Amino acid sequence: MATPKKSAVRPLRTLTFLAVLIAIVFGSVAAGTKWSDATWTPNLALDLEGGTQLILTPKTEDGDPITSEQVSEAIRIIRQRVDASGVAEAEITSQGGQNIVVALPGTPSEETLDLVRRSAQMRFRPLLVEAGPGQIDPAQLEAATDPATDPTVVDPSADPTATDPATDPATEETTEPAADGVVRGTVGAETTPPSDDPTTEQPIEDATEEPSEEPTEEPTATTYTPEEIEAAAMAASDANGDGVLSNEPATEPTSASDQAWITEQLTYDFYMLDCTDPANLVGGGADDPDLPLVSCADDGTAKYILGPMELAGTEISSASSGLQVTESGTVTNDYVVSIQFTSAGGETFAAVTERLASPELQANGTNRFAMVLDGLVISAPSVTEQIPSGEAQISGSTANPFTRDEATALANQLNFGALPITFEVQSEEQISATLGTEQLERGLLAGLIGLILVVVYSLFQYRGLAIVTVASLVVAGSLVYGVIALLSWVQGYRLSLPGVAGLIVAIGITADSFIVYFERIRDEVREGRRLDAAVEEGWKRARRTILASDAVNLLAAVVLYFLAVGGVRGFAFTLGLTTIIDLVVVVLFTHPMMQLLTRTKFFGEGHRLSGLDPEHLGASVSAYKGRGRFRSPEERLTIAERRRRDAESAASAESPEPAEDSPDDPGGESESVTSTSAKDGEK
Amino acid sequence: MMNFAKFGNELYSGKRSFDIVGNRRRWFAIGIGLIILSGLLVGIRGINPGIEFRGGSEFTVSGTSNPDPQLAHDALAEVNSEQVARVSTVGSSAIRVQTEELTDAETGELADLLAEAYDVPTGDVTSSFVGPSWGADVTSKAVQGLVIFLVLVTLVMALYFRRWSMAIAALIALLHDLIVTIGLYSGVGFEVTPASVIGFLTILGYSLYDTVVVFDKVRENTEGVLDQTRYTYAEAANLAVNQTLVRSINTSVVGLLPVASILFVGAFLLGAGTLRDIALALFIGMLFSTLSSVFIATPMEVVLRQRDPKIAAHTAKVLDLRDRRVAEAEEVGLTADEVLAEARAGGLVAGRHLGQGAQPRRKTKR
Repeated sequence: MATPKKSAVRPLRTLTFLAVLIAIVFGSVAAGTKWSDATWTPNLALDLEGGTQLILTPKTEDGDPITSEQVSEAIRIIRQRVDASGVAEAEITSQGGQNIVVALPGTPSEETLDLVRRSAQMRFRPLLVEAGPGQIDPAQLEAATDPATDPTVVDPSADPTATDPATDPATEETTEPAADGVVRGTVGAETTPPSDDPTTEQPIEDATEEPSEEPTEEPTATTYTPEEIEAAAMAASDANGDGVLSNEPATEPTSASDQAWITEQLTYDFYMLDCTDPANLVGGGADDPDLPLVSCADDGTAKYILGPMELAGTEISSASSGLQVTESGTVTNDYVVSIQFTSAGGETFAAVTERLASPELQANGTNRFAMVLDGLVISAPSVTEQIPSGEAQISGSTANPFTRDEATALANQLNFGALPITFEVQSEEQISATLGTEQLERGLLAGLIGLILVVVYSLFQYRGLAIVTVASLVVAGSLVYGVIALLSWVQGYRLSLPGVAGLIVAIGITADSFIVYFERIRDEVREGRRLDAAVEEGWKRARRTILASDAVNLLAAVVLYFLAVGGVRGFAFTLGLTTIIDLVVVVLFTHPMMQLLTRTKFFGEGHRLSGLDPEHLGASVSAYKGRGRFRSPEERLTIAERRRRDAESAASAESPEPAEDSPDDPGGESESVTSTSAKDGEK
Repeated sequence: MMNFAKFGNELYSGKRSFDIVGNRRRWFAIGIGLIILSGLLVGIRGINPGIEFRGGSEFTVSGTSNPDPQLAHDALAEVNSEQVARVSTVGSSAIRVQTEELTDAETGELADLLAEAYDVPTGDVTSSFVGPSWGADVTSKAVQGLVIFLVLVTLVMALYFRRWSMAIAALIALLHDLIVTIGLYSGVGFEVTPASVIGFLTILGYSLYDTVVVFDKVRENTEGVLDQTRYTYAEAANLAVNQTLVRSINTSVVGLLPVASILFVGAFLLGAGTLRDIALALFIGMLFSTLSSVFIATPMEVVLRQRDPKIAAHTAKVLDLRDRRVAEAEEVGLTADEVLAEARAGGLVAGRHLGQGAQPRRKTKR
């Protein structure tokens, strides 16, 4: 037990500590509102704010279990689609490690919903043309309206060997030593954008490239209206000049890498595609594997014309990232991504790489294949040799080696492609904003009514001590509010209706801690302790109980939070949060407040309304002391106390203690008969 | 109010005592009766699954001035005459229509018809689709969580109390609460939605929380119970229950007040929805959690503990001694009650009692 001297310092110090804690919480929210995007009101979840919520379960075709990496990759893809489609504040989270919850504010269009529901596929396609991400610059096309010299229109019959790959830095081959070992093939990597200038057209098959076709002017130097661009693109792509964009290859393509795949329509689409516009980075699995594709790099730094699919992502059995191990077994500092194909995939890949590594394609720089995930190119490495082993390794280019994160990300994407996921819509829910507001208002009303009832009941039960209860609840309430506002800023937490219910239920559980403590103080007084001692001793015992019971509550909240899905999580979160705050408040507020209050006259001397008056605390009731005897209140006073009491009553004839005298000495030995003594004590 | 305080004091001192542990057969019988009743309620009335468990389409019309359910039935009949809609009012001016799964075309058509029927703009009619596996998914996750939680909490309680009997008794009380809550909930006829599942899960935490508080006192009272011969383990446990009775009452009242206010607001002002479902599940569950922590958990703990040969031998010894002392007292002319008064309160722990034996003695030769 604390010595009086110690307890004289401690409560204030503890209360100051609590004040600092509250100040920190609210200070950070205030700082957040001033310098960042925090708000004083917590963000509301969809059921309160209104909006649309989709719950998707990713499913693989063959029913394999889905790893958490795949779920997060799926979330990344959905997020890319949704963000690119311009929906603000979409919230996409995984739930219970399995489901994906997509919460969209307001009422999103059907297209947006389709975007979310679409499955993502990975395909390997040969690269036909690569260019900077911007739309075609008419200035270039002006300079080359003659289709024969048009740098970007490919004459399918043109001899591929006439192209000059050296002008394209993008196709620069990595000079990896030929991994002619048994297990590992090497794929020279290409992940860098072809040019820093987003508007630079740089078709790799450009046979007659002239310096003028590498515009050095800034993209803003000349601005063109969309119509002008469209007209230029039209003119440039309409190879036969009939004013109609044909979608038929001029000649029958001989292989997937054949430039004959590039039709007029495709060229036009390619010219018009603007990969700097986020709307074009939406992705989606709408591409037809049998047809060529115009696509953007997933980061919007390049655009491509790709041949038909050569290999599906499902032919990958696994992909991993790590440091490169050379033939001699030494580990280099370069990160690489290793791909292991299935046996069928390995054969196909061997055939593809054999073709890609052919001198003609190497010469014109189309010895590359693009890995297309969800319609966007995630990587387009070049191939310098046939890879027959069914194992390939992608390394960064010498100029721009992979970082560890890049390699890991690419490996994750490849693994995702290996097991294409379809999304099964579990539920699709629209919540009207007005209904949510009504529920919130009514819920808060219910909370207020509950709070008032609790206050009234504790006034009834504990009188003056109800001040401590109410003050503690107020402190706990403001802390909870502050922490939720803080979390909704820092963590993006959103308060849902089950969360509100959790908060209201928490009123009762929090108040219970005070009840346990108050009852313990009473118990200690009944055991014969003085009030200040009872406050300390009662605290020691109550603390144990409160800790144990709160631990059980917290355990429930944590288990539910990590395992449950949907609204259960929001509920578990507020339950856990309020349990922790309950502990903080009881330790840092209620206990020191009691220590302080016992030093005041009103409480310390047991005013009739203080809730600590002797009769209330049982001091006037005889306590059992064993051996069939009861102690009268008189017996419980120390000699010094009794003398002081006598002196006081002599002076003022007013005594806080019931004026009842017992003939017994403290701890006396008189063998008074049980029942009589007990009745005396009561009257 | 003073009487309540006095009541607490008397319970504490053992002057007034309810023989809760002694009448355990009665409480167990009531508990088993409640469980059977719950089983019957679930069996006869059946669990009324919410749309999250059935699957289907749900329409919410908000802001209507005439929330007449018949209009919704009529609208549905035009779209798909085979189905029967479940229509309920939500809040003051909203109506909820639940149907079986509709096609996209039917959904759009019904939404337009509803907007027309209730005279609201089409934007005020929202539609939702819930797959039948969604609710089952929530529940299977919840059950998984439940099992893990039970294992963990049993370990934690066994470690904290250092006794398996307490952990097991708390679990039995918990299962009782859970079954009774689910049974009575079905009896009321509310739909079982994920919100009510949340309520049931909360009962887990709350029931154990309540039991832990009582058991903490039991543990305190029965510490060193074998070192004395004044009272049996059962009597010490009974005293603990009596001593925490006021706390139990206060706690359950304070805990139930906010829940009751949600239930009231939810049931009468909001109509069907999350708040009402949670509140009803919690109200029943919290009530029975408190009751079971007093009437089921502690007596059950005593039953389990009595199986320990040491405790059983001690109980026999105490009772035997007491019989002898009563017999002795009756010879002297005292009534049995007077002698037995001591058993009502916590017995003396060596070194703590203040009687003559605790006083320093002068060594005198006799």
